[in-house]
Amino acid sequence: MVMKARHKRFMLIAIGLVLLGLAAKLILNAFQSNMVFFYTPTQVEKGEVPKNTGFRIGGLVLKDSLKREDDGLTVHFVITDTAKTVPVIYKGILPDLFKEGKGVVAQGKVGADGLFVASEVLAKHDENYMPPEAAEALKRAKEQGTNSLVMPK
Amino acid sequence: MIPEIGHFSLILALLVALVLGTFPIIGAARGNTVWMGLARPAAKAQFFLIAVAFVSLAYTFASMDYSVIYVAANSNSKLPLQYRIAAVWGGHEGSLLLWAMILSIWTVAVSLFSKHLPDAMRARILGVMGLVSVGFILFMLTVSNPFERLIPAALDGRDLNPLLQDPGMVFHPPMLYMGYVGFSVAFAFAIAALLGGELDAAWARWSRPWTTLAWLFLTVGLMGGSNWAYYELGWGGWWFWDAVENASFMPWLVGTALIHSLAVTEKRGSFKAWTVLLAICAFSLSLLGTFLVRSGVLTSVHAFATDPKRGMFILVFLVIVIGGSLGLFAWRAPTVGRGGKFSVVSRESFLLANNVLLAVAAFSVLLGTLYPLFLDALGLGKISVGPPYFDTVFAPLMAPALFLMGIGPIARWKSAALPELAMRLRWAFGVSVVTAVVLPMVLGHWTPMIGLGLFLAFWIIATSVYMVYQRLRGHEQSLLTRVKAVPRSWWGMVIAHLGIAIFTLGVTVVKGFESEIAVRMLPGDVAHLAGYDFTFEGVQDSQGPNYTASRGLLRVTKNGVERTVLAPEKRLYTVQNMPMTEAGISPHIIHDLYASLGEPLSDGAWSVRIYHKPMVEWIWAGCAMMAFGGLLALSDRRYRMKKRREKESMPNEVVA
Repeated sequence: MVMKARHKRFMLIAIGLVLLGLAAKLILNAFQSNMVFFYTPTQVEKGEVPKNTGFRIGGLVLKDSLKREDDGLTVHFVITDTAKTVPVIYKGILPDLFKEGKGVVAQGKVGADGLFVASEVLAKHDENYMPPEAAEALKRAKEQGTNSLVMPK
Repeated sequence: MIPEIGHFSLILALLVALVLGTFPIIGAARGNTVWMGLARPAAKAQFFLIAVAFVSLAYTFASMDYSVIYVAANSNSKLPLQYRIAAVWGGHEGSLLLWAMILSIWTVAVSLFSKHLPDAMRARILGVMGLVSVGFILFMLTVSNPFERLIPAALDGRDLNPLLQDPGMVFHPPMLYMGYVGFSVAFAFAIAALLGGELDAAWARWSRPWTTLAWLFLTVGLMGGSNWAYYELGWGGWWFWDAVENASFMPWLVGTALIHSLAVTEKRGSFKAWTVLLAICAFSLSLLGTFLVRSGVLTSVHAFATDPKRGMFILVFLVIVIGGSLGLFAWRAPTVGRGGKFSVVSRESFLLANNVLLAVAAFSVLLGTLYPLFLDALGLGKISVGPPYFDTVFAPLMAPALFLMGIGPIARWKSAALPELAMRLRWAFGVSVVTAVVLPMVLGHWTPMIGLGLFLAFWIIATSVYMVYQRLRGHEQSLLTRVKAVPRSWWGMVIAHLGIAIFTLGVTVVKGFESEIAVRMLPGDVAHLAGYDFTFEGVQDSQGPNYTASRGLLRVTKNGVERTVLAPEKRLYTVQNMPMTEAGISPHIIHDLYASLGEPLSDGAWSVRIYHKPMVEWIWAGCAMMAFGGLLALSDRRYRMKKRREKESMPNEVVA
């Protein structure tokens, strides 16, 4: 089978376009299914969060809320945006900079009992720096003017 | 006094950079040789002045002068000398000075090693680099001056972020910046070619060694960064798809594409416009990387500064550089002309496919890195895109690229025949398929991803072996003579490709076979992982220069025979009151054993994480091989020979 140069070029371009289309579809699909949304404890309380997919919450670790189970690895703590609170359970070793009263971001799912099961806990990176998500949660709570329940000291 | 000298010479450097960025380019357009001749002395003067500024800042750090804000914010009297020096690039302002310093090094290097270039070309290249330099020096002098005074002076500094107090800090940023900024040379060559309308094979040949050198530095920088993250962060990971890592990975992907496309432009004259576009993209992504890391827009260990004015400056700078160069490209590229023709199956096509795949991969990283920032900036919500996205995207994009890597170097230029290629590579294919199926079964764990990874790694190795065999066949001369007869750039390619195979092997095995446990351990407790017994011997206090540490001891035995001792540390850096994990690692060619301390629990118990990482060191060994391949290619005789020959024939050289 002999093809003319023009046909060959057309073939090449067509194959290229089809492959690029496939790549675009792959990338966008992967992107869509791996996006993780961020919510504040207030939104969790109101039930505005997805039921079966994971998401991130941010805020401060409520003072005196950190408790360890006997295995030494499972921890319970409470994340607050100063208006509402979310209880969190996490099995694993907490990051170096995790501290009560300081900013934190957790990724995971919320169970039927309202307990947030974290698969990942991220803390801020230095003394002066707050994770943007945690700062955002505090800001939103403040804007809504409902920060009367719990104030971290 | 010393900081003022630094500040003053930075101002002088700005003036020199302005001269460098204007007169030679205008001179080249008008054929004014005196103006063009300004380029080389200006490049040297700029280098000298920025070096004075850089040394001034380093001296200010070394002499602990806390009347300078930047020093007070990033250093401390207890900080050891090597970290006080490295703290020069520990923050935003000093990193910019390092950037400018390295740019001036590249500029002066181009001025020294470009005697064989036509005058106008050289003037334009140095001029474009001067313009980039103007942007960076202006940025420092207006919104982020490292020499700004603090009155009254601080009693002591706030200390360098403890995460950065590591030997990695001394080497990693300068290497990475050498790579980043090195792409400015390829960029300047491309802009100069567009301005002068001289896009030919000679242009590609001249910019090739510079691009390879920049790529080499970037490879080493990425390798160092990955290795640093591996032992410093204590999670046993070697790549996190963190936005800052992505920022340096994108220029690497595009730079790799650029190296290959330059090869085609030089050898066959094709892909000219595409090569120019890649050169512009590689440098634009480097600038974007600097912007992402240094403007504080990211939640990341690397983003220390948050200041909107700076962000605006870099944004405007980015728009001018990227918009301007793409505009110039759109205007001048149609005049470039077409290169040699090639058929659907040819080495050109394989290289084109490789280029497209690398570019698409770079785009997918860009999307995952920038899209969350866009949404956030537009107030449409906060999202994050984690490692699962990048993992999902990268495997299907890189697998065909790696497969084509085995075929490309064997296929003929212009036109190749598929049946013939299939015949020649059938053994290599068979060997890699069999290995991919049998090896994991022997190791006791088979998944499609492990199979695919092993297949691709062995495919590259087998095709390389075939290639070398073909090249060295014949018995007239001794093997050594035959090895020497093959150009070093060819050996460089083979070794860099084998580096990719070694890297792929490491990634596949560590991803497929790694294991980890997190346990609560009392002194005397034994944990078991991967056939090893880890006995916890408790924790002892120790004292560092500017930290206190709890040093754990884990005795590792297998079947009762002691193999190694791991000593992970939990440090508390006293100045910032910041805890840090220092992993205890026993590196080995077969596998790493890795332990890190979690938190102290009741009764002297600690939470401890233990990792078994088979063949993880191969990842960095592969990167080192790639860099070595680049080095071999650079040492190729033809670059030196050509220079000499061209120099001799300079007076009557005509640029087509």
